Amino acid sequence: MEIRPFAKRFTQLEDITRATCTLRASGVHNEELALVDGQLAQVVRIKKDIVTLQIFAGTEGLSNQAEVVFLGRYPNLRVGPHLLGRFLNAYGQPLDGAPLPEGEGTELGGPSANPVRRAQPSEPILTGLPGIDLNNTLVGGQKIPFFADPDQPYNEVMAMVALRAKADRIILGGMGLSYDDYVYFRQTFREAGVLDRIIAFINTTQDQPVERLLIPDLALTTAEHFAVEQGEKVLVLLTDMTLYADALSIVANRMDQIPSKDSMPGSLYSDLARIYEKSLQLPEGGGSITILAVTTLNQGDITHAIPDNTGYITEGQLFLRKDSDTGKIIIDPFRSLSRLKQLVIGKKTREDHPQVMNTAIRLYADAQEARTKKENGFETTDYDQRAMAFATAYTREILAIDVTLDMDTILETVWNLFAAHFSPEEVAIKQEWMTKYWPS
Amino acid sequence: MAALTRGTVTGITANLVEIRPEGPVRQNEMCTVEAGDAHLLGEVIKVTGDTAFVQVFDSTRGLTVGSPVTFSGERLVVHLGPGILSKKYDGLQNDLDKFEGIFLQRGLSSEPLDADQTWDFTPLAKTGDEVRAGDWLGEVDEHGLPHRIMVPFALEGTWTIRSVVPAGTYTIRDEIAVLVSASGRETPVTMVQTWPVKEPLTVYAHKTRPYKLLETGIRIVDTLHPMLEGGTGFIPGPFGSGKTVLQQALAKQADADVVIVAACGERANEVVEIFTEFPELDDPRTGRSLIDRTVIIANTSSMPVAAREASVYTAMTLAEYYRNMGLRVLLLADSTSRWAQALREMSNRLEDLPGPDAFPMDLSATIARFYSRAGMVGLSNGKTGSVTFIGTVSPAGGNFKEPVTEATRKAARCFYALNQRRADSKRYPAVEPLESYSKYLEYPEFQKYAAEEVSPLWIDHARELANLLLKGKEAGDQINILGDDGVSIDNHLDFWKAELIDFVLLQQDAFDPVDQLCPLPRQDAMSRLVLDICHRHFSFNDFQGVRPYFKRLINSFRQMNYSEWDSPEYHHHYQDLTGILAEQATEMAL
Ligand SMILES: Nc1ncnc2c1ncn2[C@@H]1O[C@H](COP(=O)(O)OP(=O)(O)O)[C@@H](O)[C@H]1O
Ligand SMILES: [Mg+2]
Repeated sequence: MEIRPFAKRFTQLEDITRATCTLRASGVHNEELALVDGQLAQVVRIKKDIVTLQIFAGTEGLSNQAEVVFLGRYPNLRVGPHLLGRFLNAYGQPLDGAPLPEGEGTELGGPSANPVRRAQPSEPILTGLPGIDLNNTLVGGQKIPFFADPDQPYNEVMAMVALRAKADRIILGGMGLSYDDYVYFRQTFREAGVLDRIIAFINTTQDQPVERLLIPDLALTTAEHFAVEQGEKVLVLLTDMTLYADALSIVANRMDQIPSKDSMPGSLYSDLARIYEKSLQLPEGGGSITILAVTTLNQGDITHAIPDNTGYITEGQLFLRKDSDTGKIIIDPFRSLSRLKQLVIGKKTREDHPQVMNTAIRLYADAQEARTKKENGFETTDYDQRAMAFATAYTREILAIDVTLDMDTILETVWNLFAAHFSPEEVAIKQEWMTKYWPS
Repeated sequence: MAALTRGTVTGITANLVEIRPEGPVRQNEMCTVEAGDAHLLGEVIKVTGDTAFVQVFDSTRGLTVGSPVTFSGERLVVHLGPGILSKKYDGLQNDLDKFEGIFLQRGLSSEPLDADQTWDFTPLAKTGDEVRAGDWLGEVDEHGLPHRIMVPFALEGTWTIRSVVPAGTYTIRDEIAVLVSASGRETPVTMVQTWPVKEPLTVYAHKTRPYKLLETGIRIVDTLHPMLEGGTGFIPGPFGSGKTVLQQALAKQADADVVIVAACGERANEVVEIFTEFPELDDPRTGRSLIDRTVIIANTSSMPVAAREASVYTAMTLAEYYRNMGLRVLLLADSTSRWAQALREMSNRLEDLPGPDAFPMDLSATIARFYSRAGMVGLSNGKTGSVTFIGTVSPAGGNFKEPVTEATRKAARCFYALNQRRADSKRYPAVEPLESYSKYLEYPEFQKYAAEEVSPLWIDHARELANLLLKGKEAGDQINILGDDGVSIDNHLDFWKAELIDFVLLQQDAFDPVDQLCPLPRQDAMSRLVLDICHRHFSFNDFQGVRPYFKRLINSFRQMNYSEWDSPEYHHHYQDLTGILAEQATEMAL
């Protein structure tokens, strides 16, 4: 890291915690960068002449006589086409050896978009996964996480969706990524021949947790460059945001903040919103930023502060779960939601899409009830049995993540399932569509 | 005018800035902090010893000890005058349309009203009239609404009109009247004035209890848990349960003159939806474009946190202003929990003693005081105006046992509880009918009004429907415990009658062009039809016949809900319905 002439230097630390240190210094600016023994740090608090620095690599082995140099600038990255195909670390330095051009960059963590300059998202992103395209249709400019337990193949599903999404650019932000998954992403992108469209910022489990805090800003400032300056459709992948939030709580606890629910900082909502709200659709001719993220859960618990705050911020969630009946990993139709789907379904997709979607889920819910009844040892009715048979077929042919279908085939498949298991009255869709689409 | 107090920054923790003032400062006084060339707005939230604690409404990056500060001597105010309707403001009443560029650069501000726009003014008072604060001096036409120009709210006592301009075209800065006090002091009046947002605007004659139904076109609200003009309500629910969809339906459909939407710490795309759709939609009752009656206060989740608190107060003050013109205002805030969280972030940084879940100790009082600003009022000229306030609450983990939900429950009279299970099974709007309530059903003045002005049996229907739903729920519980054949057929009938009410009256598709809005007469007719079926006796040989039969009834009803009222399709499906009912009648006769 380049140090300017006349930079301010100090060599007496007053206090060292796991992620921060304090010292006496003057003329320091809030959020300014510094080097502490050569490690990147950032000013997080100033009280008179007492300055608190957050050290991204942690403070292990730090001496109380470490040299502190204030850099007089803020986190930044030189953004441009030279980054394409590159894998960088949390400081924006290449992981792949080859050097990057030096020079002043764009400041990270810029202001939010003026709502009146945004356009309403309106382009469906079709993924080929019926569990997404039918029930939780994605839209360009949306922000949506996968909610999944750690043992689910969320990174694989996300990579698959990313490759089918027809984005101009894909920016990967890896936080606490396992080394295996890091290699997996590299290989998948290489094999798909899309490396020239990809930029990756990677913090793996081997790296310091606090360094992760830099990843979303790197990824999103890069995304803004391509979307705003170049008018491109950019897809940002952030995995795993739970580990990002964990890093936030480490820093907050070191700053003596009063923890709120699940020992997360009280500002968790605002901290996450600042990231997710970078998703954006610009008016005609402009680009877009779509954010797909991963929030890992603890045994499916979505009431934990991290998924809970996330759900309040994002435009829905895609809930991965193993279905005990069929043994398949499915996109759970109850817990999943795409809040932007109504902007496109039945408009950019076939007219009967909304009602087919809702009806299938309602019938699937009937099957769940029937199953509970059965499990409690009660007689099931003829309707119950038909509903359960429907649910099994619907799970296999629509919800499972190993199915690939185009939109019209999805709708056709569901109509056929309706007709195979139910009478028209039980399905109860608007008469117009019944006449048109009920299989004869 | 006294010289403004200056000061310097002595400490910075995120957006909480400590300042040593060089003169007097007041609690809630506004100030500007210089960070390079950016002038950041802040508000004094605490003073201890020689330190003023200021919450800054912007990013504090680059601020340093010694940065200069200028106090303004004023609290946070809004500008009140013609031209507010259809504006898109941020939480501090900056006109978002006036900012250039895609991103909101910090430290910028813009004029809330349009200085150059002209208005056709008609005087309502004449020279020599005695007036008090809030009395009407004249009016201009604001997008088809009479916007009253009022005696400045800050004036105390009785004043005499020395002069008032004749009808004509004026800008908001033109003098339209001169008032003179008893002691002979003269004051000029223009069409614009300011008011501090945290101070309730109480220039009305008296406040009354609400008694008039606020028609929303949403069946579960109007028919089951009615909201009144000047009433208060809240909508708690886990994420994805339909709070925003319900509020936007209210914003589109409610029978109000002015609708103010405070998007407080929620998604930007949700206000974009309003910006995009409202100009294209018509007010179902007046035919005016919806945007013409709407004001949007957008302080979305990535906008400065401190301004979230300001945004709800800004919205409330604008609502009170229009109320004083004798108008019916609907104020919606989504979500009040984000405002509470902003208070929590600040109080934590101030190291105040935390209350439950680390919220400030006075959270409950703050919420109650805010809700108390809503209401119906009588003006000095005998006219009435109202502010109806409905806020959403986003409880952590979807659990209603948390401080914001509990505090709001004490403050609001209507409770629309959104339920995860109903949302999961797509029973929208996911308002849980039995847990929710409207305390207004108990108001004798509303009972009288409903019987005379809405429908003689309106309240009876609400009660009876609630009873039948309860019976259905109990029957459902029995069936779950004892099994389908372990209970009587009557239990099955009770269960399915409740399902009929649920599917036909409670559920309503907010995205269907017909079903989304159900006018009161249609609601009344549907309630009667459904109740008529609930009163009937049915004969079934065994329980297996009940479900398919009611499914067919429900199907016909739903087709009716999707058809224009009184249209040929509607009657066609109604015929189907009577056919299905006739089957049972013949079966009984056999
Ligand atoms: N009345 C309704 N009709 C149809 N769909 C609804 C209705 N209410 C909610 N939804 C569905 O639920 C989703 C979430 O609703 P929203 O109001 O955004 O939830 P919340 O604000 O509680 O998080 C919507 O995107 C929509 O798909
Ligand atoms: Mg919402």
